[in-house]
Amino acid sequence: MPAHISIRKACKSFGTFEALRNVSLDIEKGEFLTFLGPSGSGKSTLLNAIAGFEPLSSGAILRNGEDISATPADRRNFGMVFQGYALFPHLTVAENIAFSLRVRKVARAEVEQRVARMVDLVGLRGHEHKRPSALSGGQQQRVALARALVFEPELLLLDEPLSALDKNLREQLQDELVAIHRKTGTTFLFVTHDQMEAMAMSDRIAIFDRGRIVQLDRPNVLYDEPNSRFVAEFLGTMNSLPMTRQRAVGGELHGHVGEFGVRAILPDAEQLAGKPAVLAIRPEKLALCRDRPNTDYNLLPMTIDGVIFQGGTTIVKGSAPEGTSLTLTTARDALGLPPARGEQLWVHWGHLDGRVLSG
Amino acid sequence: MIERRFQLRWPLGASGSLLMLWALPVILLLAYVLPFAGVTLWSVTRPEPGFENYVRIVTGADFQAIFVRTAWVCLLSTAITIPIAYLLAYYWVMGSARRSRLIEICIFIPFWISVLVRAFGWVVILRNNGLASDVAAAFGLNGLSTGRNVWSVITGMVHFMVPFAILPMASVMRKIDSRVLLAALGLGCRPLGVFWRVYLPMSLPGVFSALAMTFIFSLGFFVTPMILGGGRVVLTAESVFVQMFQTANWGLGAALGVVLLVVVFAILWLSQRVMRIEQLMSR
Repeated sequence: MPAHISIRKACKSFGTFEALRNVSLDIEKGEFLTFLGPSGSGKSTLLNAIAGFEPLSSGAILRNGEDISATPADRRNFGMVFQGYALFPHLTVAENIAFSLRVRKVARAEVEQRVARMVDLVGLRGHEHKRPSALSGGQQQRVALARALVFEPELLLLDEPLSALDKNLREQLQDELVAIHRKTGTTFLFVTHDQMEAMAMSDRIAIFDRGRIVQLDRPNVLYDEPNSRFVAEFLGTMNSLPMTRQRAVGGELHGHVGEFGVRAILPDAEQLAGKPAVLAIRPEKLALCRDRPNTDYNLLPMTIDGVIFQGGTTIVKGSAPEGTSLTLTTARDALGLPPARGEQLWVHWGHLDGRVLSG
Repeated sequence: MIERRFQLRWPLGASGSLLMLWALPVILLLAYVLPFAGVTLWSVTRPEPGFENYVRIVTGADFQAIFVRTAWVCLLSTAITIPIAYLLAYYWVMGSARRSRLIEICIFIPFWISVLVRAFGWVVILRNNGLASDVAAAFGLNGLSTGRNVWSVITGMVHFMVPFAILPMASVMRKIDSRVLLAALGLGCRPLGVFWRVYLPMSLPGVFSALAMTFIFSLGFFVTPMILGGGRVVLTAESVFVQMFQTANWGLGAALGVVLLVVVFAILWLSQRVMRIEQLMSR
């Protein structure tokens, strides 16, 4: 069975700038897929191509196996929520939501019924007859969502819809979006540059870098098993230690960070092949101790540069040999006495916790 | 506002700024209000005190004909100007860079050429046996009178007013967010529907201000009707001139001027109201 939406070898250039370089992916029916990447990485370009607003330079977009690359935007039947909402300023909330039904010549009674259902779904009851400019940012966002969902599109495209909202409202709307996704069963394709947002909401995340998808997987897999230093550092915080003198020993890779021995799981041979390597460790995998643990490897001295109190956890920043800075999160009272600036401590981690990536 | 925000130091000191503050109303008073008060006074005192002049204007068949003709010519030229200006404004704002540049040149070159020169330009084109009648003859329309009639007056007026009508419409069109148009497409609206359902309603405030401006402008047209009408298409402004300088009937001319001004203010007031309602609607 063909995938719901398939992108085949999509390329797009603007002049000499290549916004998309040979991107292929399959979107499953009903999933919540997020395009995540820094600005200019091609994620919005691909979204606009799927919406039909920007033609691809080459490649194809398939829906259920059928090529829709040449289908104009108004015949694709995809919902879209824009950054900045793009509501119709001359229409009321109800008229905005009803727009897609009106152009489809749906009977008046049914329009009213479906609009009322959407108004309830997004929690805008009582605001139906207001103009968009009389609404707050969060309310406008809800109108945009209702407007894009009312005609029951099989795919909803969301282009950084939450980026203009403040943090609390953003988190609340994230929850609402996930709930609406579950209720409607529509395929959601979400574009963002906010990694926390992506991890909180998505079934799968496609990470974009300079016009390519560098990794596509479930959020936890991307977090635990990033396939490149870019992914590792883009998603969450990552400590990257330059590693030298590596050699395979059994199923492990042994090497050094400065003069200190480190061990990690042996990565795929071709992934490293002569390239300089970094040992990547998540902040929560590093353990902090005052006394030197009784081990010969995966142990580094660290000078504390700063301690950030975060309630239940504490973020400790420090510097290790070779000038690398380390960030680690610990339980608040892990050491008894909290670490002080300038103090010399030890960090230690298990050999399964580090991941060797080509740097 | 600006002074406060940037803390600009005013070089003339406090008394200087007071002077500048009052300069505009004073100029307005000296150049417009006082002379016009004088004109109003003439209208009820010359040749003798009373409302004789106004009675003549309201009851005289000749003046009624002039007012009716003025209203028709202004309505027609406005009705022709607005669609032309809308199309040009649309392509100026939405068109490709080349097309938009071309339209820009076509809009602004007439601005630099005086009304008089443009009117005589049209005379050359529209006179009997001129370019226009030659072209008409080439299509088999012989003996078509093209000069010195209502249509040549309207042609000249439309040509003059189109650039003025383009500017307010273009400024509203420029503010239309292109994502709103994309959103309409994405919601399944065909491109023509996007224009009728979204673009046109959103550009209406510009159309209204262009309408008011064009109509008010055309009410006061003087040079163009005089030259292109050749005395056969006398509009209100020209008849003021005739009364003042040709028949030396100052009181009557003054009364005509007052009536014209009252009409202009009434239209301004009305268009302000419409505009305010429109603003309320789109808020």
